[in-house]
Amino acid sequence: MSAVMTIEELRRGLSWRKNLDKVFVVVGLLILMSCLGLLALLFLDLVRDGASRFGWDFLTQFPSRKAERAGILSAWVGTSMIMLVTALVALPVGVAAAIYLEEYAPKNWFTGVIEINVTNLAGVPSIVYGLLALGLFVYKFGFGQSVLAAGLTLALLILPIIIVGTREALRAVPKAIREAAYGLGATRWEVTKDHVLPYSTGGILTGLILGLSRAIGETAPIITIGALSFIAFLPGSPVTSEFPFVNFEWLRSEFTAMPIQIFNWVSRPDQAFQQNAAAAAAILLAMTLAMNAVAIWIRYRFRKKINW
Amino acid sequence: MRKGAFSSLAYRKNRDRVIELVLMAAALVAVFTTLAIVFILLYESSFFFEHVSIKDFLTDTQWTPLFDDAHYGIMPLVSGTLTVTFVALLVAIPLGTIIAIYLSEFSTHRTRETVKPVLELLGAVPTVVYGYFALLMVTPFLQQFMPNLPGFNMLSAGLVIGLMIVPYVASVSEDAMRAVPRYMREGSYAMGATKLQTALRVVVPGAFSGIAAAYILGISRAIGETMVVAIAAGMQPTLTFNPTEPAATITAYIVQVSLGDLPHDSIGYQSIFAAGLVLMLMTLVFNVVGFFLTRKFREAY
Amino acid sequence: MNTNVVHKAETPTLSITMEERKALRATPAKAIAEKLDFWYGTNQALKNINLVIPENQVTALIGPSGCGKSTFLRCFNRMHDLQADTRYSGSIMLHPESVNLVGKDVDPIEVRMRIGMVFQKPNPFPKTVFENVAYGLRLRGFGNRTELAERVEKALRGAAIWDEVKDRLTDSALALSGGQMQRLCIARALATEPEILLFDEPTSALDPIATAKIEELITELRQRVTILIVTHNMQQAARVSDFTAFMYLGELVEVDATSKIFTNPSKKATEDYITGRYG
Repeated sequence: MSAVMTIEELRRGLSWRKNLDKVFVVVGLLILMSCLGLLALLFLDLVRDGASRFGWDFLTQFPSRKAERAGILSAWVGTSMIMLVTALVALPVGVAAAIYLEEYAPKNWFTGVIEINVTNLAGVPSIVYGLLALGLFVYKFGFGQSVLAAGLTLALLILPIIIVGTREALRAVPKAIREAAYGLGATRWEVTKDHVLPYSTGGILTGLILGLSRAIGETAPIITIGALSFIAFLPGSPVTSEFPFVNFEWLRSEFTAMPIQIFNWVSRPDQAFQQNAAAAAAILLAMTLAMNAVAIWIRYRFRKKINW
Repeated sequence: MRKGAFSSLAYRKNRDRVIELVLMAAALVAVFTTLAIVFILLYESSFFFEHVSIKDFLTDTQWTPLFDDAHYGIMPLVSGTLTVTFVALLVAIPLGTIIAIYLSEFSTHRTRETVKPVLELLGAVPTVVYGYFALLMVTPFLQQFMPNLPGFNMLSAGLVIGLMIVPYVASVSEDAMRAVPRYMREGSYAMGATKLQTALRVVVPGAFSGIAAAYILGISRAIGETMVVAIAAGMQPTLTFNPTEPAATITAYIVQVSLGDLPHDSIGYQSIFAAGLVLMLMTLVFNVVGFFLTRKFREAY
Repeated sequence: MNTNVVHKAETPTLSITMEERKALRATPAKAIAEKLDFWYGTNQALKNINLVIPENQVTALIGPSGCGKSTFLRCFNRMHDLQADTRYSGSIMLHPESVNLVGKDVDPIEVRMRIGMVFQKPNPFPKTVFENVAYGLRLRGFGNRTELAERVEKALRGAAIWDEVKDRLTDSALALSGGQMQRLCIARALATEPEILLFDEPTSALDPIATAKIEELITELRQRVTILIVTHNMQQAARVSDFTAFMYLGELVEVDATSKIFTNPSKKATEDYITGRYG
């Protein structure tokens, strides 16, 4: 028998505490479900609000003063072009930086500075990237309010994501493989090129897709550069019919993008435009979630493929 | 052994050296970006501060740089930012922590494995979409209970931002709690404690610096949030801490100016850099604190 | 635990005649370690090692955990250079050209191209059997398909695994058994015709049958290449090697013909270890 209290007291206190436990489980589950449920509700409402506008016309028309005739053609083309620039810049720079930090960099203060910078940049508000782009790319470098400026800005924004994702992928390659390659007399680059990189591609791809899915929804930086929302033209096509078949004019063109268009339509008091906003937002949301799902799937498949 | 044309050791080593420099240059891009941000903010703000004294900047109660009778007090924007952030934290901290405790200490493995990817997906939703929710769903809903609530207000924006960062706070806190070693929990269970008691008295204190880091980084995100406030809180800089009023945050002001057409050398243009500088300083403080807390937490376990 | 000294009658292969002894003394040296010290940071892991590695013989390094035998082995192919804050002093002279393997002006990569290594846990690349063996050759510039195929076959035969894999050259190396993977790693190292082949506890992760195959292989291979093997299994050292060096706490205590070390060691520390007084 317990010296501190009687068995009855013990049992009473215990059942009180156990009830608290049960209450907490209920509360916790309730809160979790409510948050998820609330968000699901909001998304469904979004789709319902915009449902009337879904259709081929919506995708192929330019914005217009008349809500019923407005479409997102220039918006999604703009978004696609910007994503192309972003990917082409962020992927090489991000992967190269990650390789350097993971395989080459010695453990000294200089490397520490670089790593602190990468972590810090991940926490900088996106609008500050917009200010950087405005002052630097648009004016000092003279790129103007263009697709190129927007792509570069977003590339810098997602650089930390690509670097972190790539480093994780590189780290997953076991040390024993590297040792075996070094033992045969390979140089550091040969070890990286022949053994580490090929087995990291899945992880790198995942990081890239996650980065792009973040970039696709970013509004603040590109508003700051000066994306306009009433663009009734498309930037010139990159492919031309005469030599040299590639054209770079589109990089310097003014543009709009999906998030900008949504922002513009939401801000109008007219309910018809708000429906347009809902439809476009639903499409953007679907694209984002699809990209994330693909990234998660690749990560899952790739982890199963090679068992060391 | 015989050697091929591009395989001599000297060639391979020189190639390696060149490649290493290229890779290092790529890594230095991160440093240059930070330097560029600092430079551009200071540079453009320097022009701003030629016209406006720091004293006025910090103490004037109005922010109207674009009016004829221009005032340049940053406090209205800061008050807007702080109010919205405060509302957001009122939502995110309790909900995020409870969800984290539930996932870490109470839920089954299967529940956790299903919920965590969903939380990850929620963190990926574009903020523009949350802005839409705040303006066109949350505000009308709230207006049913508070008929005097204006169409633009900080309450809706704050609540939605709070909901938006719940997945982040929950995820980071949960990771911190799971890192607390099993033997600490077992010591508590062995004394006859329930799960809740163990969670509150052993796990949460044990994971404290990690949880604090989650909160701090959540604050940093809320401060830097742009689109939700730009859409739902209005763009009227007012010095107020009352969430039922419309107001502008630092981020919303920058958006407002960017939507317009300001000449490159005007003080209006420079004012957004001054505002950006203040924003950067605020988030920097929180990021640095968060960084040290994370490191302290990692070293402990 | 073996508490008896190994007797001549039980293991006749270890007895050594006067003629053999004379022949051994006349064996040329492949490498000579002289006054070798090694530091990890401020911690000195090897102290004044002086050791002759005879050509085309198997030299075993034995000793308790932490005595520095693997550390010493890895000096030969400069694997330590891959870590920060390591320092060598003294020399390991490779003959006949008298190159100091641990010299500051000697390139580690070149050293690794001349000295091969087989690791404790088999670590084939996640590539085909053929590509595993061919990798070292490709690094050296061999691209011609026929020549590669010839050299790969020669290496696989040398590692006594050709018959088992000749029809599976394009299969993944990871599909092989543990013992086969280790023999593949030996083939991979042999393909580049190294001057010394280093074995770092090569059978500690394998079952007894695989172990026996590899020990048999090692005794054959010595005709082609000088072998230095680290093992924590004394019986293996006794079975496989011609010379054995006993190390303790970073120092070389005693080295001699294997038969002598195991029957009549000169130092008490050696005898204590051999007879199992400590592990």
